[in-house]
Parts: sequence; C-alpha cells; structure tokens
Amino acid sequence: MDALAQYLNLYREHSDVLMANAPEALNRPRPRAYERLMSARLPRKGDEGYPALSVEEMFAPDYGVNLRRVPFGVEASEPFRCGVPNVSTLMAFVVNDSFRPTATLERNLPDGVEVMSLARAAEIYPDVVAKHYDALAGAVKLIPTDPHSTADAVMQPSAVSVLNTLLCQDGVFVRVKAGVRCDKPLQIVNISNASAPLLAVRRMLVIVEDGASCSILTCDHAASHDVDYLNCQVTEAFLGRGASLDIYDLEESSARTARHAQLYARQDEGSEFTVNGTTLVGGRTRNSYYVELCGEHARAKLAGMAIGGDEQAVENATCVIHRAPKTESDQLFKNILDDKAEGAFYGSIIVDEKADFTKAYQINRNIVASPSARMHTRPQLEIYCDEVKCSHGATVGQIDENAMFYMRQRGIPERQARMMLMQAFMADVIDTVSIPALKSRLAQLVELRLSGTRELCAACER
Amino acid sequence: MDQNLLLNVCGLRAGIGDKEILRGIDLQVRPGEVHAIMGPNGSGKSTLAGVLAGDPRFTVYGGSATLGGVDLLALSPEDRSHEGLFLSFQYPVEIPGVSMVNFMRAAVNAKRRYLNLEPLSASEFLKMMRQKRAIVELDNKLASRSVNEGFSGGEKKRNEIFQMAVLEPRLAILDETDSGLDIDALRIVASGVNKLKTNQNATIVITHYQRLLDYIKPDVVHILYKGRIVHTAGPELALELEEKGYDWIKEQN
Ligand SMILES: Nc1ncnc2c1ncn2[C@@H]1O[C@H](COP(=O)(O)OP(=O)(O)OP(=O)(O)O)[C@@H](O)[C@H]1O
Ligand SMILES: [Mg+2]
Repeated sequence: MDALAQYLNLYREHSDVLMANAPEALNRPRPRAYERLMSARLPRKGDEGYPALSVEEMFAPDYGVNLRRVPFGVEASEPFRCGVPNVSTLMAFVVNDSFRPTATLERNLPDGVEVMSLARAAEIYPDVVAKHYDALAGAVKLIPTDPHSTADAVMQPSAVSVLNTLLCQDGVFVRVKAGVRCDKPLQIVNISNASAPLLAVRRMLVIVEDGASCSILTCDHAASHDVDYLNCQVTEAFLGRGASLDIYDLEESSARTARHAQLYARQDEGSEFTVNGTTLVGGRTRNSYYVELCGEHARAKLAGMAIGGDEQAVENATCVIHRAPKTESDQLFKNILDDKAEGAFYGSIIVDEKADFTKAYQINRNIVASPSARMHTRPQLEIYCDEVKCSHGATVGQIDENAMFYMRQRGIPERQARMMLMQAFMADVIDTVSIPALKSRLAQLVELRLSGTRELCAACER
Repeated sequence: MDQNLLLNVCGLRAGIGDKEILRGIDLQVRPGEVHAIMGPNGSGKSTLAGVLAGDPRFTVYGGSATLGGVDLLALSPEDRSHEGLFLSFQYPVEIPGVSMVNFMRAAVNAKRRYLNLEPLSASEFLKMMRQKRAIVELDNKLASRSVNEGFSGGEKKRNEIFQMAVLEPRLAILDETDSGLDIDALRIVASGVNKLKTNQNATIVITHYQRLLDYIKPDVVHILYKGRIVHTAGPELALELEEKGYDWIKEQN
C-alpha cells in the first residue's frame, strides 16, 4: 500500500473514533483535507524542494496512531527537565501528541498570556480556534501565480500539512493578548514515548496579538532510543501589528526518530518574527518554514543549524514571501555534516509585485567534514518588482586548514582545534538567540554535540 | 653532537608534492643566539619555517631537525609547539568566531597539560594576559575580538609577538614580522622581542631589511637561495646585502 493510502484508510475506517476524541474546530476541516488528499501523493526525494529526503518513505512504515487518546507514556515527562539555568520558564510537555501542563504553569502565567491544550482551547474559544486553525497551513495560495514558478512545490501546503489536519487531535494553543509582553519564555517540551512505533500528529497554534510579544522554546526528545517514532508537526503563528515572536526550536531526539515539521507564519505590519531551528540529534528531519510578510515594515529572521553524523538526514526548506512594501527578511542556515550524514537546504524568497523596497537576504553555509557526507543547497529567488535589495550565498566546504595549522602551531591539539572551529562556524546562528541564558545553553549543547556526545539531555539535568 | 645546540637542522629536504623547495638545509642555533635568514622572494624561507613547525602542506623528503635534542620531525605541530617552537606567521590567519581569549586559554592550558601542570585559573590567566599585552602594547580591544579578524596588518604582527610572549618559546621563528609595521610599531615589536630574550632561548628572524636588524641584533646572518643556505656570516652580511642586493649571490649560484 502506498504511504498515504494507509492513512486515508485509517481515516475512512476510524473517523468516528477520531472525531469523537477531538473538538469540533479540529474536526470541521477534516472532510476537505480528505478530499484534497485523495488526489495527492507525498513528496519524494528529488521532487522540487525535496533534494535529500523522501517524505513518502518517512511515512511509509506502519506506525501506530493513538486515535483513542489513551494517556500512555505521560510519566515519561518526569526525566526531562530541560531547564535553562537562570531562565524562569513557563513549561509544558507534549507527550506524543497530548498536552501536559506542569503543575505550576497555570499559576505562573502572566495576565493576558494563555498556554493550554489546543483541544481545550477549541472548547473554550471555539471561534478563535476556528478562525485561525488551518487558516495558514490549509489555505496557502500562491501569489503571484506564475505557472512556471518552481517555488510552487515548497509554497503549496505540502500534502503532509493536509494529512496533519486530517488526523490531528491535539497540540498546543498559545495566545498573547494585545499589548501584553510576556517576559518569561514559554517552554514546550515534546517527548516521544511509546513501546511500539508511533506516529504523533500534533499542532501548535500561536496567536500574538497587536503589540504583544513572547518567546517560545520548544525541544524534541525521544524517551526511548530503540523505538521508531515519527513526529508530524504543524505550527501556525499569527503576528499582529507590531507584535514580536521568537521561536527557538531544538531537536535532540534519536537516530530512530523521524521528524516532519512545518511552520507557517503570517506577519502584520511592523511585526518581528525570529525562528531558530537547531537539529543536534535525530534520524531523519525535515523542517520547512513558510513565512508571509503581509504588512509594511514586517521583519523576519529565519535561522537554523544542524550537526549531523552517522546516517542522519536533515533537510531545511524555507519560503519567505514578501507581500507588502518595506518588509525585511534574513535567512541564515548552517550545517556541519560528518560520517554519512546528508543535509539539504532549499531556500526560497519571493517578492510580490507590490512589495517595493523589500530587503531579503539568505545565507547557507556548510561544512562537510567527511568524504561520505553530502550536502545539497539550492537558493530560489523570484522577484516581481524593481525596488528590491536581495542577496543570497551558499557555500559547501571543509574546515579551514590554514586556521587548523595556526591553532596547532600555538599548541592547541588537533581535535580541540577542529571543535573550536566548528563551534565558531555556528556562532552567528547561536547569536540569533536573544535570551542570553538560552544562548549560552545552546552554545554548550552544540559544543557537547561536536565533541561526539549524543545524549545531550543528561547535560541539561545536571 | 654538540650538546649546546638548541636547533640542529641537517640536510633537510622538503617540498610540496613532488616539488622540492628545500634542497638540503643545514642550520645550527645555540641558546642565547639571534639568527637572521635573508634571501630573495621565493627562495624557501617561509617553507623552512613551515617545515620546522610541521605545516602539513609540506612533505619532508630527507634530513633531520632536532630541538633541544628532540626529533622535531616526529612530532605533531602541537607537540612541537609544546616543546618550545613558536612561529610568527608571515600571514597570520583570521579565525572568525574564535575569541582571542579562548584561543590563548586553549593554547596555554594545552601546553600546561603537556608539561603535567594544572590549568591556570581564570584570574591567573587574565592577569598573565594583561602582563603580556603590555610587552607589545597590544590594545585591550584587540584581545576581546576574534583571532586576527579585522586586525590591520600591523596589528596582526603585534598580536603574533603577544602570543610569543604568552607562550615563552625556546625557539621563535619570526617570519617577516617587520613587514607592515610602521616605524613606531617596529620599535615596539622589536623591543618586545628583545625583552623576551634570555640566554636560554633563541630567535630566528626572517627579514628582507636591515631596518629590523638595527633593533634585533643578529649574531649570525644566513642567505637562503633556491632552497639552500648559500652564505653564512656575521651581522655585517646584512649591511652588505642592503648595499649590493642579491645579484652577486645569484651570480655565484
Ligand atoms: N602551496 C604552495 N604550492 C606550490 N608552491 C609553493 C607553495 N608554497 C610555496 N611554494 C613555492 O615554494 C617556493 C618558496 O616559497 P616560500 O614562501 O618559502 O619563499 P620565501 O623565501 O618565504 O619568499 P618571500 O620572501 O616572498 O616570503 C616558491 O617558489 C613558492 O612559489
Ligand atoms: Mg616568505
């Protein structure tokens, strides 16, 4: 059976169970999602925008889906403290696809900041959820409609978003009310935990209203390193006028975890969005970012890094669309690939004909540290107006041997010199994190990972 | 073998791939001495420095080199450094993202580990950095930046001597440390080198100009030409070269 068909079958056979265990706002879009998937297929390696990973293969194994919402595995959240020293965070867990607040979360939430289960939000605020849920992931239409646009592939909501909508039952809801600045970062710890292969379908809905701001840290972990997990996750983020949102996302799962994560963001006038996605440990990872700058002076910063080893595959795809004048975007993605790791960056910038005085930058730099590691990189620019400042650059190289010799001449051992250079290589990506304590924690995790450690959680618990 | 030799290079032949650059170098340096190596562009001066320091670009075809009796050629570049060899690069390398402080701390503590000493505490280290900076009047601001990144040509050279001051080598090879320095900087750097001089260590200065040798007085001057040391004499040789150029050397060889 083809990969997608098994999920369509599952839906056909069990939609009553699925729907009985999910709120109305999440059930409503399912029939349309089903219709759309009937004539779709999952992306394959080599499809436009998918240079390294076959999403079809990722979804092909027979994973279990917890449609009945049996609360298994929730005790798994205990060992994962994921503390960031000196940062008082508002923390919640998502075990597979079930939202689990910490005991203190609700009490500590500042006025005007809501963090809760998406399913619960759909009960309390059906209108808010109905208005935003799937509004980005399900409705992306390509403008301008150039029939030859190669960016179509990344811009069209991939079939996986639609599949997510078809099966999703819960996730995280975050809302920051107009004018409220949430100074404490929110932290969402995602944990895969099951004793048999499991697909977790989860969703995050983030609404940052006019003039509001917040930072969200998310991290992915695997409770067991011997079980196959597939995480299918869609985030939709809405930034109101002058709103500010930072999302720092860290994957530290396991070699047997596959992750398919899509982030959709829509930005109104003067809003500022930063996303930093870091892959330190994982099996197969596909992250895609789809950001629309819809109001003047909106600014987006997309950063990402991956340190890949063994047979890890990491693919990052971006699509930044400038729909309004005087908008700015900046993309910075870096990879260090060792062993047989494979990496890919597919980065597109689209500047609409109305988006004069846009500035759009993109950089992708890569170090391929072993002869059997591979990197694919491809920038994709589509510019439909004249007054634009746009640049992009991509490099794939090795460690700078001159720098290596210089350091060794000063007595720094080869291994340490190499690590210092790799760490330095990632410095500007780490610098996109604006919370100092988090920045130094991330730097520390990167250093640990570069030194060969695969069990990074242990470091956090200490 | 002369027990008093600090550096003993015999019949050293080296190059890149099949291209022989050094064609049999003999060079003996004793503790307390300053040697100058001069010679036309492309004659192999930087190559000699690189081969002694263990630059992996070069292949050694034959000959030997010892530092204080230790076989240099058998050691990794980092261990040569720990044994007391320092090379001031003709073209110091910029290392974006690695701060001078982290770089020096790693270097100092690696050497201490090699010598079975405890790493320096943060305050001891910073105190030492301060003291050593003063020797070459290195701006504090430079010390807080990435290694050589955005340094002017002169600042890079001054930074090399600062590192030499920190690492206290037994043998320092200064490859055109004078190039790019203004007159004041030349005086400061040269006086820095002189301050670091003891009767236990030695310096090899590679230079094209007598100007530097006015400040760092050599005991011996060598002329390297086409991968060989073709002439060795006292300090007067540098003056003679300044006057006559290299033509007479080229004619003889
Ligand atoms: N990486 C390299 N590849 C090929 N040839 C090289 C390389 N490095 C040096 N050479 C050659 O080796 C010879 C010696 O070079 P070297 O840099 O040692 O000269 P030098 O005496 O230091 O010259 P200068 O006074 O210009 O600094 C030159 O002919 C040079 O072109
Ligand atoms: Mg030279």
